[in-house]
Amino acid sequence: MTPAVSISKLHKTYTSGVVALKGVDLHIEEGDFFALLGPNGAGKTTMIGILSGLVKKTEGSVEVFGTSIDADAPKAKTYIGLVPQEFNFNIFAKVIDIVTTQAGYYGIPRKEALSRAEELLKELGLWNKRNEPSQKLSGGMKRRLMIARGLVHAPKLLILDEPTAGVDVEMRRGMWEFLRKLNANGTTIILTTHYLEEAEDLCRNVAIINHGQILIHEPMQSLLERHGKDKLENVYLELIRQN
Amino acid sequence: MTPHKIWIAYYTMLRAEFVRIIRIWSQTLLPPIVTTSLYFVVFGKFIGSQLAPIDGFAYIQFIVPGLIMMAVITSSYMNTVSTFYFAKWTRTLDEILVSPMPNWTVTLAFVSGGVLRGLLVGVLVLIVSLFFTHLVIFNLAVLLLAAVLTSVLFSLGGLINGVFAKGFDGISIVPTFVLTPLTYLGGIFYSIDQFSPFWQTVSLFNPILYMINAFRYGFLGVSDINIWVCFAVLLGMLALFVGIILYLFRQGIGVKN
Repeated sequence: MTPAVSISKLHKTYTSGVVALKGVDLHIEEGDFFALLGPNGAGKTTMIGILSGLVKKTEGSVEVFGTSIDADAPKAKTYIGLVPQEFNFNIFAKVIDIVTTQAGYYGIPRKEALSRAEELLKELGLWNKRNEPSQKLSGGMKRRLMIARGLVHAPKLLILDEPTAGVDVEMRRGMWEFLRKLNANGTTIILTTHYLEEAEDLCRNVAIINHGQILIHEPMQSLLERHGKDKLENVYLELIRQN
Repeated sequence: MTPHKIWIAYYTMLRAEFVRIIRIWSQTLLPPIVTTSLYFVVFGKFIGSQLAPIDGFAYIQFIVPGLIMMAVITSSYMNTVSTFYFAKWTRTLDEILVSPMPNWTVTLAFVSGGVLRGLLVGVLVLIVSLFFTHLVIFNLAVLLLAAVLTSVLFSLGGLINGVFAKGFDGISIVPTFVLTPLTYLGGIFYSIDQFSPFWQTVSLFNPILYMINAFRYGFLGVSDINIWVCFAVLLGMLALFVGIILYLFRQGIGVKN
């Protein structure tokens, strides 16, 4: 099976001189629920930025479902749905317009976009807010709106960069269920989060990155067993301190 | 992306921009109408009525094409520079950058938004001008071509400015210190034939002179410069600006980290 993501010798040095990635190799299988963990400034967002076309890599190769982002970036982009860390939608636009406009950018006809938006907004509990300007939504609703927007073109790979930051426990659990169902239906998911219990609960495989290098990359269960720990948080802290 | 999907993506961007322009009409459409109306009153009526005709036309008739063009230039430029920079600043631009839209489509959609607003303002100012004077159209094709090409050129200019702008100061410096002086000195209010040979030569270095003269030719049939030269300058600058913006987008300069 073609891996969902295949990253080889990936380097990124920003024009400021900051080295964000130092030769990262990473392979994520299709259908995986994958946790990409690391402290702030470790290189997670840079890696996600390169995958989704927002950041230019310095060196290395990146393939998404076998398509190189250098050889055919538009095709690689159609596979990816991105839910970024920061709210980046038009705060004056209506909820429904944010989702349908994003669909339009992927060439989805308006009628189909409206039907997909309706389905997603209903599933994420935002349908009754569809005609509200997005700035009037609560923090948790804004997060769910970003997920709806990221999914409107039915991507095979969903990248979630801290999707539950600032979301209350009840709403977070609801989002977990939604993501589990999505993954069970075949969508590969990459999750970055600082809530380690979230990664532990949801993800089958995990990579921990620090200072632009992958420290470990293995199944969640074997990682916990190998370190003789019952919680991912304890393994994580041990690895980060050693590094 | 298939051509049909590219069309949908382009149309989506343009539709969103059109809705925005209309939604905030008091910021996008009204100000140039008010400003040019004041020009018509003060320069056209009060002062112009005491001036001798230029090239056989009453002063207000002579300045109307230039004032319309000034509104088109300013609106086209300001639309793309502000839309693009705002999208960059709020990071809504990322919505477009993560999509599979080709760079040329993104460029075309931003520029079309600028042209849409520029021409919309141009038509509105033209309608207002008819309250102050009557106009004839000498050559409709030249008039339309000059208006559209100029609007495209300054929409591209605004986009280039938006790419390099690092703050809100960055989007007002060029319009204030470059665009406005060049527009005022571009022959809106006078014919360069009234100048000494030295200042006539200096004026020829101002690209806006060619655009205003081409547009005025379309209305009145008079121009300080050969009409073919005007269009050659316009097309040359267009090719240059298109090349610059596609290069910037391909390299990700000012857009990607």
